[in-house]
Amino acid sequence: MTVMNYRKAIAEGIGRALRSDQRVVFLGEDVGAAGGAFKSTVGLYEEFGPDRVWDTPISEQAIVGAAMGAAMTGLRPIAEIMFTDFLGVCWDMVANQVAKARYMSGGQLEVPLVIRAHGGAGLGFGAQHSQTWENLLMSIPGIKVAAPSTPRDVIGLLAAAVADPDPVILLEHKALFDAKEDVPDEPFLEPLGSASIRRTGDDLTLVALSAMVPVAVQAAATLEAEHGISAEVIDLRSVTPTDTATLLQSVERTSRLMTVEENPRPCGWGAEIASIVAEEGFTFLDAPIQRVTSANVPVPFAANLEHATIPNADTVVKAVLSYS
Amino acid sequence: MTDSVHAESGTAPGAAEAPSTEGTDLGVVFGPGSPAVSDESGTAPVQLLTPEGERREHPDYSFDLDDEVIKGFYRDLVLTRRIDAEATALQRHGELGIWAQLLGQEAAQIGSGRAMGPQDFVFPTYREHGVAWCRGVDPLHLLGLFRGVDQGGWDPNENNFALYTIVIGAQTLHATGYAMGMQRDGVVGSGDPDKDAAVVAYFGDGATSQGDVNEAFIWASVFNAPVVFFCQNNQWAISEPIERQSRIPLYQRAHGFGFPGVRVDGNDVLACYAVTQAALRRAREGSGPTFVEAYTYRMGAHTTTDDPTRYRLSEDLEHWKLKDPIARVKAYLVRGGLADDAFFAGIEQEAEAMGEHLREGCRALPDPSPLSIFDQVFVEQTPELAAQKEQFAAYLASFEGAH
Repeated sequence: MTVMNYRKAIAEGIGRALRSDQRVVFLGEDVGAAGGAFKSTVGLYEEFGPDRVWDTPISEQAIVGAAMGAAMTGLRPIAEIMFTDFLGVCWDMVANQVAKARYMSGGQLEVPLVIRAHGGAGLGFGAQHSQTWENLLMSIPGIKVAAPSTPRDVIGLLAAAVADPDPVILLEHKALFDAKEDVPDEPFLEPLGSASIRRTGDDLTLVALSAMVPVAVQAAATLEAEHGISAEVIDLRSVTPTDTATLLQSVERTSRLMTVEENPRPCGWGAEIASIVAEEGFTFLDAPIQRVTSANVPVPFAANLEHATIPNADTVVKAVLSYS
Repeated sequence: MTDSVHAESGTAPGAAEAPSTEGTDLGVVFGPGSPAVSDESGTAPVQLLTPEGERREHPDYSFDLDDEVIKGFYRDLVLTRRIDAEATALQRHGELGIWAQLLGQEAAQIGSGRAMGPQDFVFPTYREHGVAWCRGVDPLHLLGLFRGVDQGGWDPNENNFALYTIVIGAQTLHATGYAMGMQRDGVVGSGDPDKDAAVVAYFGDGATSQGDVNEAFIWASVFNAPVVFFCQNNQWAISEPIERQSRIPLYQRAHGFGFPGVRVDGNDVLACYAVTQAALRRAREGSGPTFVEAYTYRMGAHTTTDDPTRYRLSEDLEHWKLKDPIARVKAYLVRGGLADDAFFAGIEQEAEAMGEHLREGCRALPDPSPLSIFDQVFVEQTPELAAQKEQFAAYLASFEGAH
């Protein structure tokens, strides 16, 4: 085991993939010599060289489009989009090309590639550099989508993504860069489509993703200590596929469900979770499902305003208290 | 009035004088708003066979294969036109949902298609029926796509011919990435002519306005990727003329990206072959991309849903009929006594057989199974998709025995 922060885990995960599989190449803007715009890919260029770590022109469409073409030759590209928001620049490649290659070829074409992007608010990057787009991506058939909340999952989910024959999008969160955790030194992977229970509880199920996981965990601790409410926290980890079983088993025990989402309310991933539980677990419920989400506004630049738009432990606690 | 006020008050120094000499006057460079791109005003395209069927010499490009090869090209051209005509007719009969005609572009496709080796890889648009023919793809597979009974039934890796790309220009980036993969496979610049390979990316004049295509040029250039960008400038992007896409001849754009561009007579199969072959050789040996502008004309509609009489003059069409890509090859063969009536009759017979194959084959293409809609979304079906499939199967079963 080695203690590692989330930022370092990104480079570690990519490095492990490059080391263990010669088919893996890593490409993106500033990922090589500069070590990444967030210093999350430091050391890779030095270890693997320009043949496997490609510093690219500033063209997101080409990063994903060329990664798809390279995948057709048998390579396993890991393509970095610097900010999740920039997926908007290459949406055709993501939604129309990569996601549909298998289906539109009747299964004859495989494009096993990984697209990683840094998303999320909390660092004062403003409205065009702070979004979380799990909700947009999960509405596109043909791509798997996961969002790690811990250093261990950064490495484990990336390993699973690289091994997966389908295209996978991993959304890392900028506000989690300094989170630390023990990670195994030996190779391991965390399966896609598998949620993780971060804290067990009996009175209520909180479902969270990415940076909202520590928020939910902190809220659960407060609820336990100050209000005697025992909340279970599920880290969804993947939105496609969704781990419905873990979700329903939890709600069956707790009879209450609240989602904690860093995205505007309409069509957030939690709406899909609420829909699943309403359809398949309605009889487990003792109360209506609740959703805590970001405000339905662009993420503001000013720190106090940005803070006010996204859920935090306090808003989650208050929502639970008014719910229970 | 405003101008005179400024001039008198002196708030705009020089406003009353001659225009500023700072910077280049683009009007002088390109002419005052005149379309810079036209058959006559642009640089003369490489031509090795005139519309009258006479061979021409060119300082940089030559066609040095024998006349048997040209007879083979003739066969390719005629059969390709027949595939296109037959598919158009099938669409009119309601057997295809839509068809993208290639009429007039046969030479560009056969010339470039025959210049490739089996190791090269093609990224087509949705109009490359002639290239598909050269790569050995059964034209019935093309019909399956346009009939809507499969998603593109050929295996891209069997013929090194990717599936048709419908979103304009996207394939140029896949081509560039594929070429970068080839570089890492050691099949570029190895010196072994049977091993060294390149990618040919097809696109049209309209696609040159897409961001993807310009990004592909940049990437192929800076990574020195083995890509031949083969642009069939058929002068129309549905209803938008080439003047709406470019103020300069398209091939000249390549220089700005840092690689050579060449304009070829797109209706001259020999020139298209020679120019593509030279570009492929350059790419395979590791010297990077080339832009080939095959200057041609879309004789038909954009697709069977389009009516070009709404936006272009019929006299243009008449003008281009005189430059027909097939007629000139026939003229060459007849004039030189290189092919007799039996040769032409034989090919006509083959075209008839092709027509029958397509008509009968098209109608016999099986409808896909309804439950197959859930397949191939992912390699391993997700539980959610499996549940949907099960639900749909039960729904279908509810009709069994009902009338």
